[in-house]
Amino acid sequence: MSISLTLADWGSLFLHFISLSLLAVGGAITTAPDIHRYLVDETHWLSDTQFTSSIALAQGAPGPNVMFIALMGWNVGLNAGGGLAAGWSAVALALWGVFITMMGIMIPSCTLTFVATQWAHRNRDMRAVKAFKSGMAPIVIALLIATGWLLTGNHENPARDWPLWALAAATTLIVWKTQTHLLLLLAFGALLGAVGWI
Amino acid sequence: MSSTPQEHPGAAAHAPRSKTDLFISFTLLALQGFGGVLAVVQRELVDKKQWLTLDEFVEDWAVAQILPGPNVVNLALMIGGRHFGLLGALSALSGLLLAPTILVLLLAAAVAGVAETAVAQGMLRGMGAVSAGLIAAVGIKLMGALKNNPMGRLSCIGIAALTFVAIGLLRLPLAWVLLTLGPLSSVWAAHCLKQRGAA
Repeated sequence: MSISLTLADWGSLFLHFISLSLLAVGGAITTAPDIHRYLVDETHWLSDTQFTSSIALAQGAPGPNVMFIALMGWNVGLNAGGGLAAGWSAVALALWGVFITMMGIMIPSCTLTFVATQWAHRNRDMRAVKAFKSGMAPIVIALLIATGWLLTGNHENPARDWPLWALAAATTLIVWKTQTHLLLLLAFGALLGAVGWI
Repeated sequence: MSSTPQEHPGAAAHAPRSKTDLFISFTLLALQGFGGVLAVVQRELVDKKQWLTLDEFVEDWAVAQILPGPNVVNLALMIGGRHFGLLGALSALSGLLLAPTILVLLLAAAVAGVAETAVAQGMLRGMGAVSAGLIAAVGIKLMGALKNNPMGRLSCIGIAALTFVAIGLLRLPLAWVLLTLGPLSSVWAAHCLKQRGAA
């Protein structure tokens, strides 16, 4: 896939991620549908396959899930540079794409978080701050359990997908009750998937 | 559950020694976190390094969750900023992002095309199921922190159950749930704190 991007295009790419940043409540992944609309449907800067595999690859690689944004920036830059085959100039544009998208998605939310939490820490004895933290605690704990539940429940065919459910449940129990290394568990899951048992 | 005094946050046993310590610690955290970093963060920062008690972790996680942006990124900014100000926040943030970015780009360049094969899909599926289990386990572990909650056990269980039903079963949008249950729960907590203060 090959495209050409003007300076104004790079500018609007940057602005789009800036505008998404403060909407990403609950993690960057919640902005994925809008990114798809913008990059795939509207501008055609990214192919559908590139979009999907960016998310899959970021899930499979170490690091925060927000890495999928870096990968999309990389792919847009690569497309603009004529693909990996075009050599170093394409890699340079791809890195530029990473820089633009990551800075866009990070700067607004990080600034807000830093300012707000510094304030909250200075005023941590205020009743409102304490009440907010105590009041939110049961909600965020339930959110985590619900997230685990939803990630497992993605698989909608119980007859075929029960091994995935079993694996998720077994993992929950092991992590809760033992100090087994988490990488070991992930490697085990990858192995089961690779040989086709789940 | 930690045995540290509960009345005042800041009772954690240890703290990051320097900005370099923050950078290296978050780099190592990020590199261990496949399919999300949260499970590793809880294990490393609470269980092993003891930079935070379980209670503090729940409180910080609540704030990290409600603010926009990736949760783990927010948590890194908070912990770094608390100990070493702006430079601390940037150290933790760059630790969290730098190595994984380089790694994921190398991966993308190396495996272009491989991600669609059946074996790679199978591996991702298996790792996905494990990371779902990891996240749920962290939630279960954090329930220990509700023991010290001013709202009392019954209210906490009720609010948690409502949240789970809204998100996990009814699949309502996160923003709605946070914006309705969050203020209600916080007002109730303020009321309980006031009562406790008066008693």
